[in-house]
Amino acid sequence: MSMLEIRDLSVTFGGLHALKNLHFHVDEGEIVSVIGPNGAGKTTFFNMISGMITPTTGDIVFEGESLLGLDPSQVTERGIARTFQNVRLFANMTILENVMVAQHCRTDQRVFGALFQTKSFKSEEEAIRNYGEEVLSFFGSRLVGYRLDQPASVLSYANRRRLEVARAMATRPRLLLLDEPVAGMNPRESAELTALIGRLRSEWGFTVVMIEHDMSVVRDVSDRVVVLDHGETIAQGSYDQVANDPKVIEAYLGRPVGSAVADDEEAP
Amino acid sequence: MTATSDNLSMLEAPGINWRRQIRFALVGGLSSVFIALAGMPVGLDGRNIIQPVLSMGYLALLWVPFVFASLAGSVVILEGMSERERDAKDLAAGALVGLGSSAGLIILMVLIQNFNLRDPLVNWSPQLLDLLSFDRSTGLGMLLWLILGTTLGLLGGAMHVVPAKVRSRILAVALAVLAVSVLETFLTDLLEGFGLETLTDFIYYKRGGLEVSGAIVVAALALLIPLLVGSKIEGIKTRVVEMPSEERRRVNLLLLTVGAALMLVLPFFLGKITNELLANVGLFVLLALGLNIVVGLAGILDLGYVAFFAVGGYTTAVLTSPNSPGFSPELPWPVALIIVVVLTGIVGLFIGAPVIRMRGDYLAIVTLGFGEIIRLLFLSDWLSGWFGGAQGITNIPGVDVGIGTVKGTDPRSVFLLVLVFCAIAIYVSWRLEHSRLGRAWMAIREDEDVAEAMGVNTTNTKLMAFVVGAVLASFSGAIFSAKVGSIFPTSFLMLVSIIILVVVIVGGMGNIVGVIAGALVLIGVLGGPKQPGLLQEFSQFKLLIYGALLVWMMLKRPEGLVPNVRRTRELHQEEFLQDAWLKGEIDTDDDEDSQ
Ligand SMILES: Nc1ncnc2c1ncn2[C@@H]1O[C@H](COP(=O)(O)OP(=O)(O)O)[C@@H](O)[C@H]1O
Ligand SMILES: [Mg+2]
Repeated sequence: MSMLEIRDLSVTFGGLHALKNLHFHVDEGEIVSVIGPNGAGKTTFFNMISGMITPTTGDIVFEGESLLGLDPSQVTERGIARTFQNVRLFANMTILENVMVAQHCRTDQRVFGALFQTKSFKSEEEAIRNYGEEVLSFFGSRLVGYRLDQPASVLSYANRRRLEVARAMATRPRLLLLDEPVAGMNPRESAELTALIGRLRSEWGFTVVMIEHDMSVVRDVSDRVVVLDHGETIAQGSYDQVANDPKVIEAYLGRPVGSAVADDEEAP
Repeated sequence: MTATSDNLSMLEAPGINWRRQIRFALVGGLSSVFIALAGMPVGLDGRNIIQPVLSMGYLALLWVPFVFASLAGSVVILEGMSERERDAKDLAAGALVGLGSSAGLIILMVLIQNFNLRDPLVNWSPQLLDLLSFDRSTGLGMLLWLILGTTLGLLGGAMHVVPAKVRSRILAVALAVLAVSVLETFLTDLLEGFGLETLTDFIYYKRGGLEVSGAIVVAALALLIPLLVGSKIEGIKTRVVEMPSEERRRVNLLLLTVGAALMLVLPFFLGKITNELLANVGLFVLLALGLNIVVGLAGILDLGYVAFFAVGGYTTAVLTSPNSPGFSPELPWPVALIIVVVLTGIVGLFIGAPVIRMRGDYLAIVTLGFGEIIRLLFLSDWLSGWFGGAQGITNIPGVDVGIGTVKGTDPRSVFLLVLVFCAIAIYVSWRLEHSRLGRAWMAIREDEDVAEAMGVNTTNTKLMAFVVGAVLASFSGAIFSAKVGSIFPTSFLMLVSIIILVVVIVGGMGNIVGVIAGALVLIGVLGGPKQPGLLQEFSQFKLLIYGALLVWMMLKRPEGLVPNVRRTRELHQEEFLQDAWLKGEIDTDDDEDSQ
């Protein structure tokens, strides 16, 4: 049985059908890429899985249970974490605090423990801190090179993206949703992160769904590619199948996929 | 104006912006007239700063040319720009701004002499004219203002010409003289406690204000002390910073213990008035620390915070007073306090539950409403069988602590009690800020949607903020009740919420030290909603000054007096400008004007 199963799902904003009769599934251990022109509904798709938008019709089933009607925090608790396309860190909190607060739903100390500094409070704090540092060190010297008690706003652009991924990892998810993780990075940084995405599965055991424009990244890491256009799935399969699908080529204005998608920011 | 403009044509160099100078001159003039007509010069004239030379009333006018001239001359220096060489032109610009400020007053004098607008403008009076003419002839007064304004403006402009070090020295000296003068009641009281009356007699004039000789001594000390020990203090500071964290913690702990011990013995050296004043400040520190959790940490703009203060106060009154009209168990205060805390916490839950589903402006308005509803309930006839309506509840006993009773007639005991609760509140704020809950609050403040997506249950977390804030306010209410001995709905006006909020904002949101400093400066010096501060003469201008301060802080220093390191960066426009400018996204010529 699939880890995540989405059945016949639609979302409308006013009159706009952002997603139409979508069927989608991810198996445990897969890395799936979602591609499509701008405005195709990819981010909406993530918002809906993570509970930030309620679908008009349809059902989302994660590990056998429906996610409909859950708050975003409950979805995260079930084991789905996400990053945001337009990086949304807690800018005035420190780098470490960003990954510490993400462990909120995996920990349970409350006022009492904090006020009386109980043993369980101290050991939990210690564990939160250690796990946070462990997650940060996944990015090699990139993040731990900074003093971790500096505010996240001091980070460079690429590092903010990395911290977003780290923050999602810190929620201890089983399914990780990455919304354009390499957007705005230079080719070297992007290649580096691509390698890390593979390691997210092999070392951390995460299943990954990734929205990505950079077709070289998509080709390198995905087991399967799903193409969205105008809120509908127009193709899915391996990278090669999808890249040669006439419908996909049409969606990208008739250009071959590999070149067109990379710069579709300029596409009308 | 770019980084490489040094040797480009004059047109591009950032010379003096004369339009800006003229604008400041006009605003300075208007401000002077406004201050004069608001009644500050006449109202504050009774308070001496330096005996025959300077009164608070004149100071209320004299700061304008100086400060405006110096503000008009300041420019934002972005990275990559070198500051312009200052020269005589800057002095002239300063003088112009100063002249503008006093020109406003001169025009006002002419108008007062020739027209009578006393009807709408209460302060359009002969006294004002006399004061403005320095009790001489009007013509001479005008001439004096001309000279004074221009000179002070010139000095304000000169602040940019002299090296930064000299500038900060001058400001430190001026501030020291002002502070010593303003703190007169407190310092006399304190020194008297140590038997050092001779010192105060030397510095202070008998009927208030510094003697000229006293002012000179204070100024000299302010100048010399940093010169003598400044480098040593710097040395100690760097040594402490460089210490290993283990050792630094021990030093901090030591400092904390010494500070706490000093605070505990302080009340015994202070007289009645000062103890009373500090007890009031302490009550507001408690309130401000509570609101700081709600607004500063969790980012929930609660404008009805006084409600919890009221519930704490009234519950204490009902439970302890024999005169409580409905239900009068006459519990001892410590027992009552437990019930008060629990009950206020529950009220926090009940008010919080519907409110926290809202955001931003809506939330602010609804909390404002709840604050008023609670007060009106206490005032209402419907509940007057319980709370006494407008008559309130009287005869609230003091707090029996075994070795004595804490009651309003003995301000020292109240101050001590308040200190204990402030210590508790500081501890609670500090521990919670660095806990799972505190981090969740901050995440919500930063971005509620993302916090929710990262697994924070925002509803519960925000409710917790409400409850903790409510409990801290209830401490304050319980002490207030026992201190005053009676309680009326008029003690819980919306104004109290606003003033607490101003204390938090001015002090520095999300920062414990800042909030305490804010309460000391605002409540201690200017006074609370009903409580007088050190500057009692200010009471009628309190709200005006609070408002002006709030606006100024929001514009110039949104992170507060004592900034929270975390928040400072985001709030400073210059950095954004700088980022954008370095990326070539904006044309810096445009934003010069808007500064
Ligand atoms: N909250 C919303 N309200 C109204 N329209 C929305 C909202 N979110 C997204 N949309 C619209 O839905 C469409 C899909 O957007 P999005 O999912 O962000 O596209 P993508 O991520 O594929 O570029 C766009 O036309 C967008 O304007
Ligand atoms: Mg998108």
